[in-house]
Amino acid sequence: MSARGNARTNGNLPQTKICQFKLVLLGDMAVGKSSLVLRFVKGQFDEFQETTIGAAFLAQSVCLDDTTVKFEIWDTAGQERYHSLAPMYYRGAQAAIVVFDITKPETFERAKAWVKELQRQASPNIVIALAGNKSDLADKRLVEYEEAQTYAEDTGLLFMETSAKTAMNVNELFLAIAKKMPKTDTQNPTHAARHRGVNLQDPDAQSSRSCCGN
Amino acid sequence: MNKMETTDSPVITSLHQSDKNERQSENNLDSISEVEDLITLPRMERGKETTLIDTSSEDNLNPKYLPVDIQKEETVVFDVSETGKPSEDNGHEDSGEFVVAMLARGNLEEQGVCTKRISSPLSETPLEASSHWDEDVTAESWRQHRKHVFVLSEAGKPIYSRYGSEEALSSTMGVMMALVSFIQSGDNIIRSVYSDEHTVVFMQQGPLVLVSVSSTRQSEQQLRNELLYVYNQIVSMLTQASITRIFEHKKNYDLRRLLAGSEKILDGLLNLVDFDPSFLLSAVHCLPIASSFRDSLSQILQKAITPNLVFSILIAKNQLLTIAQEKMVIEDAKLDPSDLHLLLNLIGASSAFQAGEIWTPICLPSFNPDCYFYTYISYLDPPECTVCLLLLSTDNEAFYAVAECKRKIEEAMQAQNALTSIAKAQSYSVSQVGVSDLRHFMYKPFDVPDNHHQLTQFTSPEMEAPYDSEEEKMRLLDLYRDMHGRIHSASRPLKLIYRVAARETLLAWVTTKFELYTCFSPLVTKSCAINAITKLLRWVKKEEDRLFIRYPPKYSTTPNASKS
Repeated sequence: MSARGNARTNGNLPQTKICQFKLVLLGDMAVGKSSLVLRFVKGQFDEFQETTIGAAFLAQSVCLDDTTVKFEIWDTAGQERYHSLAPMYYRGAQAAIVVFDITKPETFERAKAWVKELQRQASPNIVIALAGNKSDLADKRLVEYEEAQTYAEDTGLLFMETSAKTAMNVNELFLAIAKKMPKTDTQNPTHAARHRGVNLQDPDAQSSRSCCGN
Repeated sequence: MNKMETTDSPVITSLHQSDKNERQSENNLDSISEVEDLITLPRMERGKETTLIDTSSEDNLNPKYLPVDIQKEETVVFDVSETGKPSEDNGHEDSGEFVVAMLARGNLEEQGVCTKRISSPLSETPLEASSHWDEDVTAESWRQHRKHVFVLSEAGKPIYSRYGSEEALSSTMGVMMALVSFIQSGDNIIRSVYSDEHTVVFMQQGPLVLVSVSSTRQSEQQLRNELLYVYNQIVSMLTQASITRIFEHKKNYDLRRLLAGSEKILDGLLNLVDFDPSFLLSAVHCLPIASSFRDSLSQILQKAITPNLVFSILIAKNQLLTIAQEKMVIEDAKLDPSDLHLLLNLIGASSAFQAGEIWTPICLPSFNPDCYFYTYISYLDPPECTVCLLLLSTDNEAFYAVAECKRKIEEAMQAQNALTSIAKAQSYSVSQVGVSDLRHFMYKPFDVPDNHHQLTQFTSPEMEAPYDSEEEKMRLLDLYRDMHGRIHSASRPLKLIYRVAARETLLAWVTTKFELYTCFSPLVTKSCAINAITKLLRWVKKEEDRLFIRYPPKYSTTPNASKS
């Protein structure tokens, strides 16, 4: 479980600043959203990861210099029937990872549509990362790295090719997002108002939410 | 047996077109060694006549061999050439059996297609590594399945097949739809088709058509109930209103787009339906625990509430521990066991719930087929994942509030070390009843406190030797299903059945207070069985606080009434 102990907080370091962000994963079904999250949160990978139902909520922290960034992750289901519910999950999110499968061009198109929707309807300051997943299947690649990178640059997204299977770039992706997050955010009253963005150093808040995987 | 064996004239032996007449009998006993008669128990319902079933005469009553009651019901005997698929002389039908012929016809037309399967969004994902998916629908083994279930749209588009891919079966389903439409064009409704070896049951629900092709000896009503479960599981994911809306908008919509990823849930449902008598009895099975422990769990649920919370459900090992309900809501409608079955199936069918805290819309079709509950699902004992908490709210924004309830529940359970106690809880052995010849039973009480708001429950011990193998388990369940079918036969309901079968003796008994199915060793005498049942009833009475949820806990979370 603690494959990534160095990137994880053990919760109680009073001198580190703790920030908490809501992050949502979007993308077509079977591109590997849950696999990415489970790799990041639990260090696990299951070739036959089952289809997500609705959305799964998980939490994981990364340490960044003097700051612990805690992600509250909404891993959404990619099925079409859940599409209309997506706003419920991305509303108020400070970060989003839009995932596609590098072996399936249609999932890249779907990813672009998600990016558009987020830019139109999510929080204006949302940090969006594009993840070209399944990079271990490079021999079946149908979406060129350059193509996705160009699109990401034009649209102002973070971009990485990842592999939940080999763990390539998974932690790096979350770290890169953490770096882009404004570190004063949890102090911001507009975010605290939504029952999130709690200061984790507040002892009450701390006892009420346990970190996943502990 | 006057079964048609010729290749070119498959015949429907009887085709029921209306529900005015149920079948005269569901009897289909294959063993003449089975003797059935009736016993009169000392405590029979007053004035209720018991009926003698005689196997030999029942066979004569078998509708297969009768020109079914002509006055109200047309017996349609037509051959395939009349069904809009004329004179396709592909001569591959090695059975004159209508159904098989029809299915085969569909398959043969498909053969070219099914080798090169059209790529669907699902077919390539490792996520959907269902074993049935790859099945060759032209193979004999495909035909040999005990029970097929198909779901299609009114436009004949395949939506689901229990075995084999829907695409490979599209023309088979087309034939099914042709049958439905053909009968419909005569202002009638096709309900079922009987052949020697198969029962085909059709059910139309709005724009969906569901078909069961069964070689089990289940009654039409039982098969129909199973189809209704399949329909309701689909509704639980999409709601009836949206299904209707979609097909109003686009008649030939491919509903699989919206059901993508849920095949496993439907597969799981159909497996459960075969192996879990809850579905047959329309009742919920509780995990037996001390009533004081169940009460304390209930109190924990009652205390962890938030506005708009409607149901709090605690399950362990796929059985119910306790369920707390919003007072006002259950005044209007009680939670139907079938809705709970769908929830339990959903939880059991997917390991995806083990990933984290789930927040998903779920419709409870018997409660309200058109609305979603927003459901919080989380296991309380990772990584084992046997104890699961479900919190259903009417508010889609309530996740964080509901998740907070879960944390309260978790803490309270931890304080009582409840998880350890739950882990020790298990179903019981029939030997605890202390009746030597009794092998198994299913008991469903009707005289429960607060009956109106109560969830219908039943209790049943583990299936032990000789019913510990899958085949034997299924065989016993089939015997129960057969008796259940007779007890609940619309045309000739029975109160009591005593049946000496080849390898066991069975007794089924329904009164105003309970419904009971028992299985004894084959050598038990009738008086022994009666004695045993008296003892069994006494034992259940003594244990009822442990076996059932006696007083379902309630709470009040409507914004006005709630404490904050």
